[in-house]
Amino acid sequence: MATFTLPRNSVVGEGKTFKAPPGATNVKAFKIYRWDPDGDANPRLDTYEVDLDACGPMVLDALIKIKNEVDSTLTFRRSCREGICGSCAMNIDGLNTLACLKPIEDVKGDVRIHPLPHMPVVKDLVPDLTQIYAQYRSIEPWLKSDTPPPPDEERRQSKEERAKLDGMWECILCFCCSTSCPSYWWNGDRYLGPAVLLAAYRWIADSRDEATGERLDQLEDPFRLYRCHTIMNCTRTCPKGLNPAEAIGKIKQLMVERQG
Amino acid sequence: MADGKTVHEAALRTPLGRVRGLGSAKSGTHHWWMQRVTSLALLPLTLWFVISLIGLAGASYAETLAFIGAPVNAVLLLALIAATFHHMAAGLQVVVEDYVRGELRRKGLILLIQGGSALMALASAFAVLRIALAS
Repeated sequence: MATFTLPRNSVVGEGKTFKAPPGATNVKAFKIYRWDPDGDANPRLDTYEVDLDACGPMVLDALIKIKNEVDSTLTFRRSCREGICGSCAMNIDGLNTLACLKPIEDVKGDVRIHPLPHMPVVKDLVPDLTQIYAQYRSIEPWLKSDTPPPPDEERRQSKEERAKLDGMWECILCFCCSTSCPSYWWNGDRYLGPAVLLAAYRWIADSRDEATGERLDQLEDPFRLYRCHTIMNCTRTCPKGLNPAEAIGKIKQLMVERQG
Repeated sequence: MADGKTVHEAALRTPLGRVRGLGSAKSGTHHWWMQRVTSLALLPLTLWFVISLIGLAGASYAETLAFIGAPVNAVLLLALIAATFHHMAAGLQVVVEDYVRGELRRKGLILLIQGGSALMALASAFAVLRIALAS
């Protein structure tokens, strides 16, 4: 059966508490998932009290402040700090999102931060994305065309054709959606998940691509595509406001359409 | 994963090789589409069935037999039986595929569901036909 409870060595325990500096008046507690691959200790939730008067507005600002000033062992991915690289995807206050786009003031009470759900953890807030990157690679996310491009010219596309890619090219592959999807949790070894299916549809919908049928062939599978049960967690959680569920729905429509 | 190992514990096969696996089944559309089609058919059929049952409340045995035996009712009942059991089998199969791991257990349960549904559908259809053809 699918596993619904954590194995014993993954049960999260209570961790250390780092008090706010004396004199701080605007204090917020950050409860952060910690796990160190070196050693046999279970994961734990460490509490960091942060003085918001001396901290930037976003959750990522607080994480960087903690790493710089309180506990340099705290590990997380971050790069652009403006929602375009997708590195700082994590589960904040129960919802997958980008730490750099999540205002601290949007969270009531303590800020609970966990890594993206149901992925192997490398350390602390860093998930192992090897499998999902391979799944992205498997849909061959590049233009496939037998017709050579016109000499000294780009491949042309009408404004309407180009508009069909809106809502898909904006995906930054942070995988907030895939890791929020119960179907991906239970069957992530075979189900491609919302992020990868959205990327697949981005190429299926591209008027310049000539491999549409081949792409649909590759997706037509009870596990790769049809594990989607329109749960809609993906669309709810997307920090870029995209709609992977709609893209999956359109793939299913095309599958029926080509049957005649 | 199927062999009980987590994604990053599984042998030395490359991640891409693992993801491509045995390739696409090139099926699943029919199953998915029929689930939608049968649910669409069941909307009016179930409504008709419930209203008919309410209409039959207090009817005698003979009156009920006559209702089932009437050609239009018998045909609609057969359609209801076919759609219901097809929909039931398709839905239960999805649940098994979602939650049951292990090739043998999954295949076994799916065969059980399909066989059980087919037998229940045949028994129900036989009952209707016996009444309809005897009258």
